[in-house]
Amino acid sequence: MELFISFVAGLIFSIGLIVSQMINPAKLIGFLDVLGNWDYSLIFVLGGAVGFNLITFRFIQKRKSLIGADLCLPTKKTIDRKIIIGSVLFGTGWGLVGVCPGPALVNLVSFKSEVLILVGAIIVGMFGFSFLEKQKS
Amino acid sequence: MIEWQMPLAGGLLIGLSSSLLLWGIGRISGISGIVGTAITSKPAENGWRYAWLAGLFLGAIVYLKTKPELFAHEFNFSTARLIISGLLIGFGTRLGSGCTSGHGVCGLARLSMRSFASVMIFMGAGMITVYLAKFF
Repeated sequence: MELFISFVAGLIFSIGLIVSQMINPAKLIGFLDVLGNWDYSLIFVLGGAVGFNLITFRFIQKRKSLIGADLCLPTKKTIDRKIIIGSVLFGTGWGLVGVCPGPALVNLVSFKSEVLILVGAIIVGMFGFSFLEKQKS
Repeated sequence: MIEWQMPLAGGLLIGLSSSLLLWGIGRISGISGIVGTAITSKPAENGWRYAWLAGLFLGAIVYLKTKPELFAHEFNFSTARLIISGLLIGFGTRLGSGCTSGHGVCGLARLSMRSFASVMIFMGAGMITVYLAKFF
């Protein structure tokens, strides 16, 4: 049941990213280009998604999940140096190529060499982070 | 007139998907977390992550086969730029505990101040990068 729900959620997420054109780097860069020829259409993607969740999450967060487990929610509250630096690094990378992690993965299916290189580098970056974390502990 | 219908429809689907995941199995739809944890940790608790990614790829393949025009966009970037941005995205999302989905779609809806700060910072950094990239 858990796997089926998760599979369906991934499928719907993918359709959302594709039909909204979040997967198109030119669209995304146009959205971030506020000082140029700003294309604000992607605001409706974030607005639609956050608006939907603002309503549903209020009810969902009050109870256990459908499979009977406690909700697994982030507990950290402080805005520390890690989240600030991490967000700056991510935003810079995002602005350079115009895709965030989800759309990068979705674009993999077209087997363009550029996407393979990008996703490869994302995975290396993630391994690099977990390697450094392990070094510290 | 800017095209807003499909972005809104896509956004609502993303909302539906992340609500389903939280309601169904109690998990936040954070893609960088799903991928990062799936590839760097032991597979014991990763079943739902693999299932989610399988659904994501299936949706992508079906659309690529039926509506290839939605995948017609190009990635006209140098290899160096692709590698640098990939490393920044991979490392940055893990250090900052999330990306557009976890902090944006879910965190903002949870009224998390941490996520709000993260979204403001990564959008600001993205906007500055797009502006500066025009000079290169």
